[in-house]
Amino acid sequence: MSDLRDLYQDVILEHSKTPRNFRVQPSADHKAEGFNPLCGDRFTVYVTMEGGAIKDVSFQGSGCAISKASASMMTQSVKGKTLAEAEKIFEGFHEMVTGHAESNTGESELGKLTVFSGVSEFPVRVKCATLAWHTLHAALEGKQDPVSTE
Amino acid sequence: MTTATRGLQVEKRGNHPLDVARVRSDFPILATEVHGKPLVYLDNAATSQKPQAVIDAITRYYQGTNANVHRGVHHLSETATEHYEASRRTAQQFIHAPHLHEIIFVRGTTEGINLVAQTFGRARIGRGDEILITAMEHHSNIVPWQILCDEKGAKLRVAPITDDGELLLDEFAKLLGPKTKLAAVTHVSNALGTVNPLKRMVELGHARKVPVLVDGAQAVPHLEVDVQDLDCDFYTFSGHKVYGPTGIGVLYGKTSLLESMPPYQGGGDMISSVTFDKTTYNKLPYKFEAGTPDIAGAIGLGAALKYVNGLGLEKIGAHEHDLLEYATQTLSAVPGLRLIGTARDKAAVVSFVIEGVHPHDIGTILDQQGIAIRTGHHCSQPIMDRFGIPATARASFAVYNTRAEIDALVQGIEKVKEVFA
Repeated sequence: MSDLRDLYQDVILEHSKTPRNFRVQPSADHKAEGFNPLCGDRFTVYVTMEGGAIKDVSFQGSGCAISKASASMMTQSVKGKTLAEAEKIFEGFHEMVTGHAESNTGESELGKLTVFSGVSEFPVRVKCATLAWHTLHAALEGKQDPVSTE
Repeated sequence: MTTATRGLQVEKRGNHPLDVARVRSDFPILATEVHGKPLVYLDNAATSQKPQAVIDAITRYYQGTNANVHRGVHHLSETATEHYEASRRTAQQFIHAPHLHEIIFVRGTTEGINLVAQTFGRARIGRGDEILITAMEHHSNIVPWQILCDEKGAKLRVAPITDDGELLLDEFAKLLGPKTKLAAVTHVSNALGTVNPLKRMVELGHARKVPVLVDGAQAVPHLEVDVQDLDCDFYTFSGHKVYGPTGIGVLYGKTSLLESMPPYQGGGDMISSVTFDKTTYNKLPYKFEAGTPDIAGAIGLGAALKYVNGLGLEKIGAHEHDLLEYATQTLSAVPGLRLIGTARDKAAVVSFVIEGVHPHDIGTILDQQGIAIRTGHHCSQPIMDRFGIPATARASFAVYNTRAEIDALVQGIEKVKEVFA
């Protein structure tokens, strides 16, 4: 079962059980809803910006372990970052989970997010891992329609 | 010893009338391995596997008799037409339809329902009218009616269900009013397994002069369907859930209704004469079968229904009931597991949730052990909302499943709990 452990790493399981920044921000200046119809994951991501950087980011909703842990760790990794920096991390994350990462692309930028590298072996779970990120992207772009991974 | 063969000893000891070993050997895919483990296929409500007889019938058609139907005077076309029409007769007998022309080949249950919505519905349903469905419908028996209601200014009414997943028959009766123009109900719920008291529902509808359409997708593989006994006005099912190929299904309708309905799609085969001024439509059932049909699919479906007849639906039902009882009993004993759908009368479907584990994670971990189940909302989001859950895990059984496979499922669930401990 080594494959399963690649996917369900301890850090991921821990974050799925006790997600960080798992709260509503009533005064957030950016907000978007994301939905994964395949498994019913549904998250709202809240962002408060200050001086061109992400001052606070949080999420609420329900989903599988992968989607929840990914959302939790995303909030930790982008807090304090500029929009450009956050987008760059998403890009690197997306390449990693879809198995398109080039050998020298930003492991250091991804930091702890590299625990999600095992997702690339489970193509149907890529949508779970990227849902919160797509939702964050939509929130920052000010999109009104809910994001769907379908 | 593989999971499957271990199960057979159990069945033999129980002196079961169905020879499951023999049945399993009819389905080549059951011998495959997934992630290095013997395949345990428990996703039969999504689609069933195909016996060699069906695969052979399709191959024989393409290898030996491929031609278009109802057109040529040549030998192959005649043979193809003969085989295609023979399958129509097999389907007629299978659901005990009174007339051959009441059997319309469609792509599947979804198309059967859409056909009725777009023909009967558009002709008969207007502003302020109502269509009655139940709270346990598949999206395919919700959305076509919503589209129609939007277009016509009609209203969709929904009969509620209990916490066990049973229809509240009194509420259903109350919702049948003077404005109701059609009741569209499922025979068996795909997400909950509930078998509806269909005969009574049809009686209630007819007492109010309301025709009743039945979504039979989940019923036809598991129980004897007699449309004359049920007296339903439309009955539709898919071939691929009853061991046949995908892309083919049947819509049954009463002659008087079918004759009064406008055509569904225009094209070849559905006409008797065409000029630029006027077109006369063909007689039943061809009026509703525009274009070259899925000839191979229909022939495959005929082979599948014959295969089911060969085993006998009574035996199939008894075997599946045994599996349902065993699965209900063993899964109920798993701490933290909750069954969703506990109706008294159920088909062999077990939906469940596990405390602290999302169904999608259950599905992935079981898959790694070669066990195929469905996870998600099962195209029945309103049912998930009704039970306040985003999704369930669902094991659904067919004639070739064994008690040992249910044991494998339970062991697999233990593994899920281990990962999430």
